[in-house]
Amino acid sequence: MWRVLALCVTCCACGATAQERVLALSELRSGITFAGANVRAMQADELANPGMLWVERGEKLWNAPAEGSGKACASCHGSAQTSMRGVAASYPKFDANAGSVLDVEARINDCRTRRQHAPALARESEDLLALTAFVAYQSRGAPLAVAIDGPARASFDRGREFYFQRHGQMNIACTQCHDQNWGKRLLGETISQGHPTAFPGYRLEWQSLGSLQRRLRACLFGVRAEMPAPGAPELTDLEFYLAWRAQGLPLEVPGVRR
Amino acid sequence: MPDARINVPAEVPRGKPFEVRILIRHPMETGYRTDDTGKQIPRNVIATLTCRYNGETVFAARMSPGIAANPYLRFFVGARESGELAFEWVDDRGVRGNERATVTVV
Repeated sequence: MWRVLALCVTCCACGATAQERVLALSELRSGITFAGANVRAMQADELANPGMLWVERGEKLWNAPAEGSGKACASCHGSAQTSMRGVAASYPKFDANAGSVLDVEARINDCRTRRQHAPALARESEDLLALTAFVAYQSRGAPLAVAIDGPARASFDRGREFYFQRHGQMNIACTQCHDQNWGKRLLGETISQGHPTAFPGYRLEWQSLGSLQRRLRACLFGVRAEMPAPGAPELTDLEFYLAWRAQGLPLEVPGVRR
Repeated sequence: MPDARINVPAEVPRGKPFEVRILIRHPMETGYRTDDTGKQIPRNVIATLTCRYNGETVFAARMSPGIAANPYLRFFVGARESGELAFEWVDDRGVRGNERATVTVV
């Protein structure tokens, strides 16, 4: 009896381990593998990839002095090619100062308000998209690896709950499409596993670059659910769970999707 | 936003066609869309684009609302001597854009 109980305790204590994964790590497939050949070619070619227009813009912003302190991102962080290399792959990340988990967008705005004494950039604004894309581009190819232990755990658990919770008038959960039915057709679309590796990414449907939160809101709109406002903690929690779920997949920013 | 990204080989053999690629940032508004309040967004696409090599027109295009946002063009040009490719485009609102790239013939 005690041995059974002890076994249960061990299982509960070891946190988010293999038994919590619906998809095994070896099964994970980036969304780009479900895309057609022309979309794959567009993403792979840095000149044909329209997301590079935002990356280029982000590089200019990185080196431009902010209005408040006159300090640019580069004043502290130097060359992003070295200082930001691989960084975005560990985001969303718990930030002790903010007391919560921040995604790359929120981290940039945190730096802007606290260090550069500049106003925060609006979610989905061209400037924030460009800076996020530029920072995340430095981690292109780096495998996603987020830390979910310690104080970050609560956010992770909320994100996971959101993922398995049924939403909206369609009354379906993320898991029903992206864990149970991936690879099957939904009208003209192949259902992907729902990994966040492309974002901020260029969606042909949007004719523009957009953030992961915009993509998540689009999915919620699709199931006729209430959409949390951009920057809402529910969306950050979900981003965090998705990043853990896609652990090991390389970042593709700026990705191209239909 | 940067207006465009151009890609040409830095050095090309004399007379041999080389590939020119350009990606232009533009919304290519069709005129059929409405904004959040239901108001029609006026059409605004790149009306004409010309590419000159040392002043001589080597490529020209008239675009229509059927072309996606941020158009990407790819064509071939042959050069007898070194020079400069100069792109110029103008949209329905009369906003002009231009971009240049130098080519060295070896």
